[in-house]
Parts: sequence; C-alpha cells; structure tokens
Amino acid sequence: MTSQIGAETGVEAGVRAPAGTGARTPLLVGAGLLLAVAAPFALYPVFLMKVLCFALFACAFNLLIGFAGLMSFGHAAFFGTAAYVAAHAAKAWALPPELAVLAATLVAAALGLVFGAIAIRRQGIYFAMITLALSQMIYFLALQLPFTHGEDGIQAVPRGMLFGVIDLMDPLAMYYSVLAVFLAGFALVWRAVNSPFGQVLKAIRENEPRAISLGYRTERYKLLAFVLSAALAGLAGATKALVFQLASLTDVTWQMSGEVVLMTLLGGMGTLFGPVVGAALVVTLESYLAATSLPVPVVIGCIFVVCVLVFRRGIVGELLARWPK
Amino acid sequence: MVQLLGIPPQALFGQLLLGLINGSFYALLSLGLAVIFGMLNVVNMAHGALYMVGAFLAWLLMTHAGIGYWPALVLAPLMVGAIGLLLERTMLRRLYKVDHLYGLLLTFGLALIFEGIFRHQYGVSGQPYPIPDLLKGGSNLGFMFLPTYRGWVVAFSLLVCFGTWYAIERTRLGAYLRAATENPTLVQAFGINVPVMVSLTYGFGVALAGLAGVLAAPIYQVNPLMGSNLIIVVFAVVVIGGMGSILGAIVTGLGLGLLEGLTKVFYPEAANIVVFVIMAVVLMIKPAGLFGRER
Repeated sequence: MTSQIGAETGVEAGVRAPAGTGARTPLLVGAGLLLAVAAPFALYPVFLMKVLCFALFACAFNLLIGFAGLMSFGHAAFFGTAAYVAAHAAKAWALPPELAVLAATLVAAALGLVFGAIAIRRQGIYFAMITLALSQMIYFLALQLPFTHGEDGIQAVPRGMLFGVIDLMDPLAMYYSVLAVFLAGFALVWRAVNSPFGQVLKAIRENEPRAISLGYRTERYKLLAFVLSAALAGLAGATKALVFQLASLTDVTWQMSGEVVLMTLLGGMGTLFGPVVGAALVVTLESYLAATSLPVPVVIGCIFVVCVLVFRRGIVGELLARWPK
Repeated sequence: MVQLLGIPPQALFGQLLLGLINGSFYALLSLGLAVIFGMLNVVNMAHGALYMVGAFLAWLLMTHAGIGYWPALVLAPLMVGAIGLLLERTMLRRLYKVDHLYGLLLTFGLALIFEGIFRHQYGVSGQPYPIPDLLKGGSNLGFMFLPTYRGWVVAFSLLVCFGTWYAIERTRLGAYLRAATENPTLVQAFGINVPVMVSLTYGFGVALAGLAGVLAAPIYQVNPLMGSNLIIVVFAVVVIGGMGSILGAIVTGLGLGLLEGLTKVFYPEAANIVVFVIMAVVLMIKPAGLFGRER
C-alpha cells in the first residue's frame, strides 16, 4: 500500500496538530457557533437542519475512514435503520422524541456491532465491498418488512414534546434541538479522535502489523470505532426522521452511502471540520439543482471524479495544507 | 402430477433455469471484476453501469441503425471495451500510485455519471428488445419447457467464461498477464509493455460486462438502472469466491445463481438476501473466500 487514504490529508491537518491546540481555533469555533445560533433567522430552518443531520452523518463516516482508515460503503444502513426505528417508535409506540432517538441510536449501534464483526475480517477494498453488500441486505429488508411500509415509508411522524415540555413543531425549537444533537455528536467525535483511543486508531491506520506487534488488539479497536461510527450515523438518521417527519427507502439505498462518502471526500477526509463543510456544500448544491433541469446524479458523479483525480485532500485539507504554520 | 419435495417439477426446474441464467450473468460480471482487480487492483464500481451501457448500445444500434442482435453481440462489447480503454488511459491511470480505494471512488463516480445520463435521456421505464429470430421458440424436454434463447444464454456464457479461463491460464499471453499481476516491474524489465497490457485488461474486463448486457437485453428490459442493484450482488459473489481465482469466480457465480433460484422456490421472501447471508457466513468461516488466498 503506497499512500493511504486519510494519511494523505490527515497528517498535517487534524492529526499531528489536533484541532483545539492552535491559537486561532477557539476563535474559529466561537465564530462558527455564533453563526449556527443566528442562522435560522436568515435561512430556512428545515434546510439548516438537513445540513446539520448530514454533517453529523458525514462526521460519523469520517471517524472510520479518516482516523481508522476503514472505508465503509454501507453507512446508509445505520442512517436508514435508525430513521425507521425512530419513526416507528414515535408514531406507532408514541414514544417521546428523546426516547425514540435514543432507541434508534442503540439499534444502529447493535447493527454496527454485527456488521463490524463481519466486515473487519477483511481490509481495504474488501471491507468496502462487504459493508456495501450488508447494507444492500438492509435495503431489501426495509423493502419487504411490514413495519417500514415499503415504497411509502413511514410518513407523518409526530415530532412530539421534547422532555415533555418543548414543542418540537415549533421550527426554532426543533432547530436548536438538532443543533444540540449535532454539537454533542461532534464533540464526541472530537474527543474520540484526540484521546488515546484515537491515537491507537491512527497507529492502526498507518501500520496495522506494527500496532499489533506493540500489543494492541487491533480488531477490538476497529470494532469499537465501527460501533461508535454506526451509532453516530444512527443518531443523525433518527434526528433526520424527526425533522422531515419521514423515514423512507431513500435513506437506506447505496446512493445514500455514496453521498456521505462524497461529502467527506469533498470537505476533506481525516479533517475534523471537512465533513461539515462537505455536507453543507452537497446539501446546498442538491437543493439548488432540484430547481434546475440538470440531472443530479450526473453532477454528483462529476464532482466525485474531479475530487478523486485532482482534489483528494478536500477543501479543508487543502486549506490546512496551505495555511502558514 | 409428480411432485418433488412438495413442489411441482415445472416450477422447480423453471426457477433453477432462471437461477442458472442469473448465475451466468454473475459469472461473466465477477470474472471481469476479478481480471481487472488482479491486474489493476481496482474494484470496478462502474461494472454494473457498463453492463447497462452494453445493453443500451445493443438497443440503440437496433432502433437507430437497424443493426440486429448478432452484429450487436460483437459491436456493443467492442464499444464498451473502447470506453473502458478511454477511461483507463485518461483517469484510472493517474490513481495507481495512491490508495486503491480512490480507484473504487472514481469508478463509483463514473457509474453515477453513466446511469444519470441514460436515466435523464430515457427515463426509468424499460425498453423492450426482441429475441433474434433464430433463437425464438423453445423445446419441451419432458420435465420442463426450455426457451431456446435462455438455453443459448447459459451455453454461450459458459463458453465465454471457459474461453477466458483458457486464455489466462493456458496461453502465452495469459502467462504474461499472470506474471505482470505478480510483479509488473520485473515483467516490464523483460521487454513487455505492461502499461498497454493494463489498459487492454481493463478494456477486456468491461467488454465482458458489455457482452453480459447484450445477452441480458432480450431477457430483462433495457433499463438505465438494470446494473446498479445487480453489481452489488456480484460484489457479494466476488467476496464469497475470493478474487484470487478465475475459475473460482465462474463456479461461485453459477452456484449462487442456482442457490438463489432454489430459494425462490422454497422460501421466496429470502431470495433477495440469500447471497448476502451466505457472504456473511463465509466471512465468519473462511475470511479469504472459498477460492481466495489471504494477502
């Protein structure tokens, strides 16, 4: 293996100089937070919530590819399954939103444990193919199981009262709840990456045999990273189901898995903020394209090709590489 | 009426034939994937899209140029192969020095582009493609009715698969290919033009996908999305068989097609997922795949 994914972008970016240590990082984070708090007064809240959900999804995916070097091509399985579980729990069982999301996240984590245990038996390209195939199985299950309502999906999911007091039908209340979920998820990713656990993951990514020879049980680290990533993807999917009040087959397709790969690639694999930037760009682009007659998959495919050929560091990776140290 | 295991034999053999046909397509496609992977270390995500392009080229030749099935059976794969050569020369070639996953991502993007273009142009409804006159009708074998075209697809696919296996394992060119798979630098030092061989390998691999597309056109309708779900099953087939062996790809493809057919008879609800379940089981027992080597 010559130059590894993540290594190419990550080394000088979020890895050797972890985010949070630079002098201007707190400033940037503060500005970003202010922007996020003020945003719903300038932009359409549903659009912003979609960006946040996909940003969290992409961060979850990036935890695997960027910091553990594991390329999952089946993350839609966790995203979509959690969306279905949350929608079903909120609608059929009338659970409050916080419990519905929690249940969905737990189911996604359990699914991640099963898929992870199977997939980490192979590496690299095989890992990608196995996760893709397993997620396709979930797609067929979602198509056939009665509770998912097939092509229709679960519609008109009630958002409910958060903790029994906050009415989520209010767009602003919903927006700030989603923002809180996103920030919690992002903080978890940041914490994991900058912990001893994250350091071991990077060691595995760079040189697995050496990590093994140092006495690390790499399988367990990879599995834990996979479960964590699946749970966060599930959290994103469950939140998305409440925002749009809908869980549908689109959420479990392999195109969805491909989309999250694109977001991460475009923003910068192995950087902390890259997936957020990538998700915002892709969601914006898609809502812009929806109003034109251009075929969306062709545009997305072209961006993929251009990114892979000439822009492998992604936007944030490129910025960090050029920023004066 | 005689019954086998509670199933009328007509239904059983009918599904087995359908399974065999699917298996032939799995074999042709996974064979192409295995050849490409062996030489380029690229998992060709565009394989399903190029299978679709093959079918569409046959349909376009028929409707716009009046060129029938038999010439299309040669022309369409050649054209798909030419597209493959172009893709390899202009794009894939730049990625051999970076992580192999980038090859997968590039071909995924290409698959989206191909499918998007055809979907934009022709919609998602299928275009019918007639069975050639020579292969119309069928014959009664006593225990089942065999449509001639379906018999032809199975026989011809097997012939192509065997031919490919023979060319790679038993000819001088195949020996160069296998040597270049093991150690390209050394083979180049012996004066063989490895970059050209790599291009031709990719062209040949995707031409096989195009050929499968032409064969499939009269059976399934010609549809922009016909390759996208098929290719994921083929990936599972490749994981089950292991990418190391040509014969393994053929045998696994046919075997899983048959197994899928049997599942349709005995437990239809599971027919869509049986291949993925088998993949999970194989990975638990033999991670390298049934015919694969650890590497």
